[in-house]
Amino acid sequence: MAFLKLAGTVTKRMGMKSACYMYPVVAREFTKTTRGHVELDSADCIYCGLCQRKCPTKAIEVNRQEKNWTIQPLRCIVCSGCVDVCPKKCLRMENTYSSSVTSKF
Amino acid sequence: MSKRTIIPFGPQHPVLPEPIHLDLVLEDEKVVQAIPRIGYVHRGLEKLVEKQEYANMVYVAERICGICSFIHAQTCSQAIEDLLPIEVPERALYLRTIWAEMSRTHSHLLWLGLMADAFGFEALFMHCWRLREKILDMVEDTAGGRVIFGSCKVGGVRVDIEDAKLKDIVIQYNDLEKEIKEITDVFVEDYSVKHRLVDVGVMSKEDAHVLGAVGPTMRGSGVAKDMRTLGYAAYKYLKFEPVVETAGDCYARTKVRIREVFQSIDLIRQAVAQIPGGPIAVKVTGNPTGSSFQCVEQARGDVAYYLKANGTKNLERFRVRTPTFANIPPLLKMLGGCELADVPVIVLSIDPCISCTER
Repeated sequence: MAFLKLAGTVTKRMGMKSACYMYPVVAREFTKTTRGHVELDSADCIYCGLCQRKCPTKAIEVNRQEKNWTIQPLRCIVCSGCVDVCPKKCLRMENTYSSSVTSKF
Repeated sequence: MSKRTIIPFGPQHPVLPEPIHLDLVLEDEKVVQAIPRIGYVHRGLEKLVEKQEYANMVYVAERICGICSFIHAQTCSQAIEDLLPIEVPERALYLRTIWAEMSRTHSHLLWLGLMADAFGFEALFMHCWRLREKILDMVEDTAGGRVIFGSCKVGGVRVDIEDAKLKDIVIQYNDLEKEIKEITDVFVEDYSVKHRLVDVGVMSKEDAHVLGAVGPTMRGSGVAKDMRTLGYAAYKYLKFEPVVETAGDCYARTKVRIREVFQSIDLIRQAVAQIPGGPIAVKVTGNPTGSSFQCVEQARGDVAYYLKANGTKNLERFRVRTPTFANIPPLLKMLGGCELADVPVIVLSIDPCISCTER
């Protein structure tokens, strides 16, 4: 009778909405806590370099003289360590993933 | 004696995308011996201790495995906390327990799906993974990542779960429990499933003990050993008994994992009911010294971490023994005397994670 049990589940599911969604036609909804990618509000940044020092994969590069902050999205492991350590709270974790790229840099 | 043939099995094979190679020595259709070979995906993660600071090793440990990711991070953190030494706040211990049990439920549902796929029950496979997806959504909602939780750190946890969200997790698990029961009943009762699992890959209690099996592989053979009973994290405050089945075949190992899913849901309920308030992490200062050995129960069995420190910001030695490594000798024992057609099911019954094993 166990066969009928799964048949019951299958029949029930047939009347319900699909468990999958038609990505990319239907966009995926991220939660508020999702770690997607790191963004910088450069107006507030003092280029202290703490994020660069904290980054475990050395994805962030800060140049204080030239007031330049860059991140390599492919190196970033989205650990949120830089966001936690930022003294001016100008780094933030966006909940959407970084977009696809065709070349490494 | 009939003629012997050697059939190479893997590293690319139809069972699972894990690169293990077995030389199967056959007499007709019967396996008489299996000779393993691993080493296809060695990444040398343990060597990274020389370059990464000890706090960053938690990130590295979390990436040893994509399924037990949180428990690897938890074990690594526990070992470093033992070396420092620091006391972790109780709320953090409870949160670690909740995430570890969520990790166990999704791992077991993943395995049940793979097992269904291995014996050719595609619909069952889809339903197991449909339910697993709901758990992954909960993980993302609480920890921030779906596979790599990223919520554990030395000294506690990095994010808190609000009490309302904790209650919501329990409500979701209550609904999920009914759906999981519906699916797991098929594994337990279905004639064709039983036909593929009962009396396949039998391992006796003595063999399980002597060959050093761990986790559900061992508990399926009747050895009641579960590292959670050591009382790390918040397990010392929770009530549970190791899940044991005595038959020692693939069916028994499946039943152990099914019962463990429900046990994990119960542990989450208990932890949410008892979780205290307070801080979620303590400040970590100084460098670790000495050595620490930690055993933690993962979904596949117990993982052992050995860490040695010399008072600098880098650890001196970092050694991980993952459950699959311990389960390979029992696997070879199970394969001796089985039919060739049963090899995929038996290999899968230990829930192999070769990337874990080789690191």
